[in-house]
This record gives sequence, structure tokens and C-alpha cells, in this order.
Amino acid sequence: MAKQVRQLDRVVIRFAGDSGDGMQLTGDRFTSETAQLGNDISTLPNFPAEIRAPAGTLPGVSSFQVHFADYDILTPGDAPNVLVAMNPAALKANLPELPRGADIIVNTDEFTKRNLARVGYEANPLEDGSLDGYAVHPVALTSMTVRALESHDISKKDAERAKNMFALGLLSWLYSRPYESTLTFLERKFAARPELVAANIAAFKAGWNFGETTEDFAVRYEVRPAKMQPGTYRNITGNMALALGIVAAGVRSGLPVFLGAYPITPASDILHELSKHKRFGITTMQAEDEIAAAGAALGASYGGALGVTTTSGPGVALKGETISLAVALELPLVVVDVQRAGPSTGMPTKTEQADLNMALFGRHGEAPVAVVAPCSPADCFYAVLEAARIALTYRTPVILLSDGYVANGSEPWLLPSVDELPDLRVPFATAPNGPDGRFLPYLRDPQTLARPWAIPGTPGLEHRIGGLEKADKTGDISYDPANHDFMVRTRAARIEAIEVPDVEVDDPDSGTRVLVLGWGSTYGPIGAACRALRQRGLPVAQAHLRHLNPMPANLGEVLRRYDKVVIPEMNLGQLAHVVRARYLVDAIPYNQVRGLPFTAAELETMLEEVIKNA
Amino acid sequence: MPEKNPAGTAPAAPVALKLTAKDFKTDQEVRWCPGCGDYAILAALQSFMPELGIPRERIVFISGIGCSSRFPYYMNTYGMHSIHGRAPAIATGLSVSRPDLSVWVITGDGDALSIGGNHLIHALRRNVNLKILLFNNRIYGLTKGQYSPTSELGKVTKSTPMGSADSPFNPLSLALGADATFVARTIDSDRKHLQSVLRAAAEHNGSAFIEIYQNCNIFNDGAFDTLKEPQTRDDYMIRLEHGQPLTFGADGQWCVVHPPGGFGLEVRETASVAPEEIVVHDATVPEPAYAFALSRLPEADLRYTPIGVFRSVQRPSYDELVKTQLDTAKAKVSGTPEQELEQLLNSGDTWTIL
Repeated sequence: MAKQVRQLDRVVIRFAGDSGDGMQLTGDRFTSETAQLGNDISTLPNFPAEIRAPAGTLPGVSSFQVHFADYDILTPGDAPNVLVAMNPAALKANLPELPRGADIIVNTDEFTKRNLARVGYEANPLEDGSLDGYAVHPVALTSMTVRALESHDISKKDAERAKNMFALGLLSWLYSRPYESTLTFLERKFAARPELVAANIAAFKAGWNFGETTEDFAVRYEVRPAKMQPGTYRNITGNMALALGIVAAGVRSGLPVFLGAYPITPASDILHELSKHKRFGITTMQAEDEIAAAGAALGASYGGALGVTTTSGPGVALKGETISLAVALELPLVVVDVQRAGPSTGMPTKTEQADLNMALFGRHGEAPVAVVAPCSPADCFYAVLEAARIALTYRTPVILLSDGYVANGSEPWLLPSVDELPDLRVPFATAPNGPDGRFLPYLRDPQTLARPWAIPGTPGLEHRIGGLEKADKTGDISYDPANHDFMVRTRAARIEAIEVPDVEVDDPDSGTRVLVLGWGSTYGPIGAACRALRQRGLPVAQAHLRHLNPMPANLGEVLRRYDKVVIPEMNLGQLAHVVRARYLVDAIPYNQVRGLPFTAAELETMLEEVIKNA
Repeated sequence: MPEKNPAGTAPAAPVALKLTAKDFKTDQEVRWCPGCGDYAILAALQSFMPELGIPRERIVFISGIGCSSRFPYYMNTYGMHSIHGRAPAIATGLSVSRPDLSVWVITGDGDALSIGGNHLIHALRRNVNLKILLFNNRIYGLTKGQYSPTSELGKVTKSTPMGSADSPFNPLSLALGADATFVARTIDSDRKHLQSVLRAAAEHNGSAFIEIYQNCNIFNDGAFDTLKEPQTRDDYMIRLEHGQPLTFGADGQWCVVHPPGGFGLEVRETASVAPEEIVVHDATVPEPAYAFALSRLPEADLRYTPIGVFRSVQRPSYDELVKTQLDTAKAKVSGTPEQELEQLLNSGDTWTIL
């Protein structure tokens, strides 16, 4: 039966269910099919920290949002056009964010009295008229899946669990997705249990066929491929891109990589991924604690490896003393902080950018380090290469501030060619550099102010370093007041001297009076808000910081070019504070700490107000 | 003596090295208090080092914080004076990534057993190829005289004017509990014994843990006098020698037995027991219970303190196991690292836009 096909330019779908319902997997597969089709994509997973929160409860709801379009997009979308709700909890948790008129596909089998009562529904919302403003599609997902799998030799439980594939099949039909990659994926995933391959594929096809035959879905949709730059793409999450970036940093520097890490949400995936790539000479050590993870990485750097430690905010707090030691030893160390909502344990699976102060100032003594931040999932690859470049060239710790939003979100990544990646090779010291054949471990390169990297095993360069203040050049212990003053200033100058590119300003209109300055993962929502404003004839400029320390040399001049500078952050104004102090610019902070990224719409509303009053 | 295993140290240089103790001295002024036990340990180590046959550039000393941790500044090798308690962690990263080096950790009772206790036990359980020398003076010296985790219960110090209320660690029991493969004790004043223990440690493959009783003549003077003074030392100290019966005293009048039905070891008069009842020392017993029982022999006044190698058993080192995994993974590689990276980036579900 041929159905009407309607063209759309963009769609936002949110899959929501119990954390045991396989929503992340369903979302991933839909994303992959969508990538194959050539749409631009941006995704946002949202899940509880509990591995299996009590079934059917609001805290147990896990969701995955995917935004796809026939043009380039910057965010996973503010609000979904389609909600797939696997149970009453998923409906209740997500309904407030759903605009009127949106489609809701619900699994009616789960709307039992007991399940409704568990989340506080006194009446069934599918029957009491409370969803009248929405296009509700009631589907008996579980029972239809079980029925479709009657002939399969699997348990009832396994049959019920395949309901997410039924839902995926239905959505894949509804949006005309190519599904070959999903079939291949299922074959791989359940390779050890062929009966589950067959059952899941059957459930997927049952969902697809249901869409084709049911009267409830009269229209099928298409979203044409986006016009994207030619090349080979893959869909990538921030954590995956970051792990690949670390592999690339090892290859491009010619150094073995040593990763010291302690499991922590949302950074553990980087450890998991890198532990698969030993063939590149990457050693991964799951240390006894965060401190040892940083210590071992620093020990490896001392021995001539690229030392990396990956963690989240609580881990950086513990690593502070080791980072300070690395500042004093002047050795390379890459510290990756995938930020999450704090303080303390906070909300481990929710995003925030509130570790900026800690990265910039969170150590005892005058202990400056370089700080960089990626602006999108794919950008994590390039940001960590930049962190490695700075660490190796200037022999300093570098803190990379990712966050839960870019770490778990995904987007299509135009794959670079390896030989276009930056060359990160740096020389080790091989010969004495002082008079009388002496080796001076703190004699600096006049350009970079970096000291020689003389690794153990090099004859004639035996020397001792440590956390005690060192005399200039010789590195001997020194308590001399003038020397300490000189060394503190030199360490600061060394970080200030790091060459970073100028900040670029996106300001296509003339007469713009308002600049939005962001850093890290807010790039997408800020960019989307700016586009929307410009389309409405409201000029606004956007600048985004990748380097938080040192800051680009032209930043002060850029800030002074505009009447008003607005700084949206997922914290209480940490960058705004620095900018005001450093550039004496009366920047306007706009802050939100809800564990969620900004929506483009709220930024648009806020900026419109500022522009009108400028 | 325990079996020799040359894999325990970095390979010797191809040409015979003619190094002397002088080659291991630095131009830095040694700044311990006059009379400190650390001087004797430094001298013993400097004169022992040439024996290793390892060129100076392949030797690294890593320390934490405390009086003992100044040690690396005085050894003309590579060295790092790191942060409090973290030397085993830093040394682990170095040792694992550089198996060609001989890595030594210098630490003290506060550094290793208080602030750094976690790193110590994990280095030992992993059996990282480190030689860990713990200078135990049973006091905090650098911070001027607070009690340490090895100070006796009731110790009166600046921070415990009414006496400490916490029981001390027995460092060797702790190391054995962490499954250390090499555990020994020696004493700062007996250079010959100290060097014999260093030798055995250097030959060991994996973590070697050595407790060195070291006198702090400023804040805890005489802590080990009963083991040093001629009137008491023979009756108080038990010298462990592999394959030899555990007898001690000026005339061998004391011995160690394992009473039937008991869990531990006990001291008896040699004349009162049949010779076959006397325990014959064997550091290679796989079961750690024997060495643990030995570590529990000393009494509060240090009577019955064994010195020497308590335990020396073979277990693959963390370094070897990690290297084997790396080598196995690398053996499967056919292309250049750049080609491998290109392939890795292009793996997964990719699509091409023309």
C-alpha cells in the first residue's frame, strides 16, 4: 500500500524508556541509519547514573534525542517533534519539553494501572484527554513484538526485550531510513546467539511492516541528504573522538602514549577505547586512584612518553598536587577533564562547565597551566591534539575541558587525512648544554622558554629534579628570594608565551553591537541562536574560545569592538569573571546550571533582549 | 640465598664498567643532621651501586617527601624528588614505560605507610619492577618530631603529649599482606648486611621491599639501640640466612620453633628442643604465612627482630605482563603507524559524500 510521502527539512526524535529498555542502543542505531542516508546529525543522550534504577519510575527514565536535517545543524534540537515513550514514566518525564502538536508514539502495553500509579497518574493520560493537543499514536509495542516472535525459540523475556527493535523498525519506516547497517549490527552483536539475531531482525521487520500497513500512520516522511563537504564521514561521540585524538597524538609525536586513569563517569569510555589500541604502543593503566593515575602518567612523561590522564572534576581535584609537581618539573602532561555537574558527586551523568576555575586556578602556589576546550564532539579529536602540542612543545601540563554534553553527544565527522594532522615531534636532549660539559636541566629555549627534555637512559645528562624550588639553569635546590621570584615569573611567562591562534569572530552583518562569547560545548546552541537572530534581521556576533589559558592575543581588542558582550555558560559566570578582571570589559553573564545544555531558543530570547537594549 | 634472576635488573652494559662509589656522589652538599642514620645508608648505597654493573644513566631514584626523600639529590644518577607518598605511583609509570631502566624508590615510614600507603600496597600487589627502600625511623623528622605510623603505642611527641593512641603498622607484615614477592629488613649501622640485602633485592624480578631501620638522632634517638649495643644485640637480633637453622644469641643458645598446633613461630632455648624442631629458614616458601609469622616475632623492645630476606618468590612482574600485551598487539601490525591510524579513523560505519 503506497502511502503519502512528505518532505521535511529537519526532525527531532526522542526515544525514551526505562534504563533497561535499550533506548541508547535504539537511538544509536537510528542515528547510524540516518548518517548512512547523509543527513546532518546531532545527538544527545540523557540517562540516569544508576545502572538499573527501579523499573517504571521517573528516575529510571533514559532517553536519546537525535536531530537530523537536510542542512548543517549545530545542536541536538531544543524540543522533540516526536517522542517515543516506552512506558508511562517516559511519557511523564518528557512531556513538559514536548511542544503542542508533536507526535507521541506510546507503548500502550505498559500503560497498566500499576505502572500509571507508580508515576502518579491518577487517570490514564491516553484516555483522559490530557494529550489532546498532541498527535498520539498508541501502539501495543510489547504484545505485537511477542506475537511476531511466537515462532522463535526464545524465552518470553527475550521476546519482550526485542520491543526496542520493533520501535526502531517503525521509526525507520516512518522516516524512510536505510536499515542494512542495523541488520549487520544485530548479526555482529548477537553473533554468539543466532536465535537472538533472528528474533531481533524479525522484531525490526515487524515494526517496519506495521508502519506500512497500519492506518494510524497515514503519512511517511523523508528528510533529504544535507549538502555536506565531500569526503568520508563517520558519526562520532566526543569521548570516542578524544580517544582517537590521543592515538593520533602518539602517532604524530612518534612517542609511546601512557594513559593513567581511574574509572569515573563520564570519562571512562576514553580508557575503554584506548585500552583496545595497544598496537600503537599505547599503555593503559587502571590505577589504584586518581592520584596514582596522574602520578604514573607523569612518571611515564619523565621517561619520554606522552603522559595522559583522563577523568572528571572530582578526579582533577585529587590530581591537583601532581599537576603542581608537573608545573615545577616542567614536564608534558595532558589532563582530560570531562566535566559533570558538581560539587562533590553532584550529578555524574549530567553536563556542566563549572570546572573552569579549578582548571585555571585550582592549585597551590602560582601554578599556571594551559587550558583548552573542545566545542563539539568531533572537535574533541583536534582539541586533544592541540593539548598534546602545547604539552610537548612547552613541557607543561595542559588541562582539556570537555563535558558530558560533548562527550556523549555525537555528530558526523569529516575524516581527516593523517598526513594533514599537526606534526607533534619534539627532540629530546642528547648532549650537555652548559659550560665544562655540564648539563643544565633548567636552561631554557629562548623562544618557547621550555627546558630540555632529558630522559633517563641518556648518558652524560644525569640530573635530579623535584618539587623543591630550583635555581635558574642548574635546577639545584634554591631558597634564594630573588631566584624564587624569577622562577615564579618565568613559569608564568612560559604559559603566557604559548602561541595560540587569534579568536575568530563570526559577524556577517554590519553595525553589529552585541558579541556573544562562549567556550566549550556551548558553541552549538550559541551558534544556532545567532543564526536564528540574523535570519530575523537582528545582527549579532559570535566568538568562541578554544584556548582558555593563555587566551588569544586579539581577545581584548575583539571585546572592545562591541557595545555589549554576553557570556553564556553552564556555570555561575566563571569565564565572565575572568574576562571582566582581565580586560575590564563589563561582560554580561548568562548562566544556567541544570545539568543540561542550553537550548538555542532560550539563548535567542535572551540575546534578542540584549540586542534591543544595546 | 634466593635464586638469582638477572631479569630483575636492567641488562648490564656490554662493556665492563669501571665505576666506583665516587662516581655516584653528586656535587650537592648533603644536608641531613649530623649523626643521622641516612648518611650510613647513602654511603652503603653509593659503594654498592658499582656492583650492579649498570651505567649511571640507566639508574633512577624516585622519592617522596621527608628526610629520606632528599636522597636522590645525592646520587649521581637520574632522580626525582616528588610529592608526599606518591613515589611508588610515579615510579610505576616510569618503570612500566621504560623496562630498560633500574628504578629505585626511596621512602620513609610516614611517606610510604601514612600518606602513601595506598600506592605502596598497590605497587607491591602488582609486583612492579621497583626496588623500594623504606627508611624506618619511627618518627616524623622533617616536620620536627610528630609520631609516625610505625611509632610504638603511647609514643609521647609534640602532637601526642599524652601518648599516641593508635597502634603502629608492622611494615613487613603489611608488605606481606599485599603479596609482596621480596621482603627484607636491614639496619643502617650494619653496612655489610645492608649491602647483602641490596644485592638480593637488585637480583629480584619484581617489587623488592626493604625496611631499613634508621636512627633519627634528633627526634627518636636510640630507637634501635637494643639491636646495636653489644650487651643486647646478639640476644635480640635474628639473622636470617637461607637454608640455615634459626638460632641466635652469642652462643646460639636461642632458636625459633614452630610449635605443633600453633599458628606462629616462637623462641625457645636451643638446649631445650630437639635439633630437628628448629626452623630452617627458607625465603622461597610460596605460602606467605611463614614470612608473616617471622614478621610477628619481635616484641615491643625489639627482642627477636629478624633481619635479612624474609621472602623471595617468583611471580611475573607487572612490567613484563604489560610489555607482553603490547608486544602481542604490535606483532599483529602490518602497516606503518600512520597507515594503522588512517585505518582506525576510517573504521566503524562510515559514509562517503562525493
